[in-house]
Amino acid sequence: MTHRDPESDSAAEASPVLAPGHTYGTVTDKISALVLVRPYNWRWFLGLGVGFALTMMLLLAITVLLVHGVGIWGVDVPVMWGFAIVNFVWWIGIGHAGTLISAILLLLKQDWRTSINRFAEAMTLFAVACAGLFPLLHLGRPWVFYWLLPYPNTMALWPQWRSPLIWDVFAVSTYATVSLLFWYVGLIPDLATLRDRAKNRWAGYIYGFLAMGWRGSARHWHRYRTAYLLLAGLATPLVVSVHSVVSLDFTVAILPGWHSTIFPPYFVAGAIFSGFAMVVTIAVPLRAAYGLHDFITTRHLENMAKVMLATGLIVAYGYLMEAFTAWYSHDPYERFVQLANRPFGPYAHTYWMMLTCNVFIPQLLWFRSVRTSALGLWVLAFFVNIGMWLERYVIVITSLHRDFLPSSWAMYHGTVWDYATYYGTLGLFLSLMFLFIRFLPVISISEMRELVHETEQDQERRAEQLSTEGTVS
Amino acid sequence: MKAAPAPTGPYGLMAEFDRPDDLVEATRRAYEHGYRMMEAYTPFPVDGLAEALGFRHNRIGAVVLIGGVAGGLGGFFMQWFSAVIHYPVDIGGRPFNSWPAFIPITFEMTVLFAALAAVVGMLGLNGLPRPHHPVFNVPRFALASRNRFFLCLQARDPLFDAEGTFRFLEESQPKAISVVPF
Repeated sequence: MTHRDPESDSAAEASPVLAPGHTYGTVTDKISALVLVRPYNWRWFLGLGVGFALTMMLLLAITVLLVHGVGIWGVDVPVMWGFAIVNFVWWIGIGHAGTLISAILLLLKQDWRTSINRFAEAMTLFAVACAGLFPLLHLGRPWVFYWLLPYPNTMALWPQWRSPLIWDVFAVSTYATVSLLFWYVGLIPDLATLRDRAKNRWAGYIYGFLAMGWRGSARHWHRYRTAYLLLAGLATPLVVSVHSVVSLDFTVAILPGWHSTIFPPYFVAGAIFSGFAMVVTIAVPLRAAYGLHDFITTRHLENMAKVMLATGLIVAYGYLMEAFTAWYSHDPYERFVQLANRPFGPYAHTYWMMLTCNVFIPQLLWFRSVRTSALGLWVLAFFVNIGMWLERYVIVITSLHRDFLPSSWAMYHGTVWDYATYYGTLGLFLSLMFLFIRFLPVISISEMRELVHETEQDQERRAEQLSTEGTVS
Repeated sequence: MKAAPAPTGPYGLMAEFDRPDDLVEATRRAYEHGYRMMEAYTPFPVDGLAEALGFRHNRIGAVVLIGGVAGGLGGFFMQWFSAVIHYPVDIGGRPFNSWPAFIPITFEMTVLFAALAAVVGMLGLNGLPRPHHPVFNVPRFALASRNRFFLCLQARDPLFDAEGTFRFLEESQPKAISVVPF
């Protein structure tokens, strides 16, 4: 890598967001070919097969749950929030990176987002779908889940508006809806491209149906751009609100270890941290399997690594402040949870593994060689994925299992059905991801064409600048 | 308007360009010449093209604002109505209208309705879904979603006359000119 001149924006030249030599035609052909031309191969079937098998296990676990009730899980007094809430928070956090990439980086005009936003948004949707399952299954009687919603009923009852748990229902369902809309609106021009390029008649019909007759009219683009920008503007505060509301589920309870004002920002940072880890976990194999090195370049990996490093440091600050506040408060219960039970109690190994995965290992990201190594980054992201799951485990379990009254202390362990449900949702996520990769463009084609256009304009401008500078000096 | 007696002539004439700048230039020229019933088609949003067509302001912003305000007011009203009028519950003498606790849901409903308004408004104003459109009758139009840029001057424009318009388009030196049949 060449020396970087701080005076000019040569960072883009040093490692471009798009490999040189691409035209409107080549980006269109290359990305749409992933869907339309590429034959099925055994790797894809293997991946989908593994995901599908795990999804079947999820269905089995849900069936057993519906027959026998939540007693099959490890939850029992005093730990009434077990794996279900841990998994819910973990999955919903993962989703946040997708919205961050697609909305916040769009508003900040970060053009490197273009080639990763589509699958990051898909990841958001699938992660939210997995997340949404858990609170519903945790209800005890999932078939009356609609009691959570305000609807006219013969009991004349309304939801309890003053409870964060109801805020959560609204936050998560709004988040799921807006993410879906954002993703679909982004897909419309690409669906039109696929419609126009499909050789298979039925594929043409299906893509045509989904494209809704998009024809790229200038007036349509004008409205489309405004709508897309406004959606991004709406999604930005929304994504911050979702994990804040999730954290309020905890903080509004007066339990030591939960009742803390640092939770909302610390949860949002943690969500982005884990979400970017998941984006890296998906992007690296995707790029290798489909030869997308021209579109997902080293610059993307490095930028994602930097976001992980920054948000990881915020998370580390959160851990530190939790401990400091407990010590400073002189509250014996807070001090016990934060300074004795978490680091040295029966779940100490979970706590230290969490710190290793989330705080110690990510410090390697200070090194440029780690940030630019696809494999190194992928392995590191895997640790972060695990670490963030452990974080939620530490928060949920260690606060509940030893509360104010030692007579009610108990240990919590997930049962085989807890694990089956959790791994099952990983399978559901994997299956949806594999289907998405096969049937929809993983990179936004129209935005890549726009990027080609902007790159050309930049080059022209730079050439002009050089020539004028030459004449002046 | 669309249900006019079976039209006999073509829908219009369509010029094809390689570069977005050429299309913007040709569009500006057509507008200055007096053509109004025209439309440009591109594979990605091109800056200045809608303006060259004489289309400066869209109403998406207003639609989204209305959606957001309706969602926010509706969301707050729902909570206030249920907690104060329809089913008040006295919990330790706390106020029925505990508005700070109603804010998160009010916010979520604002975002939800604004986002729905953005998408439905964009599709509605664009007249989508519309699976069939005369421009699709031109085989080369499939490239409008790949790498070509099209300008279509429509026959319903008073200035339109098959030969004159053809010659007018030729002056912009397009790659090709096609007749768009109905």
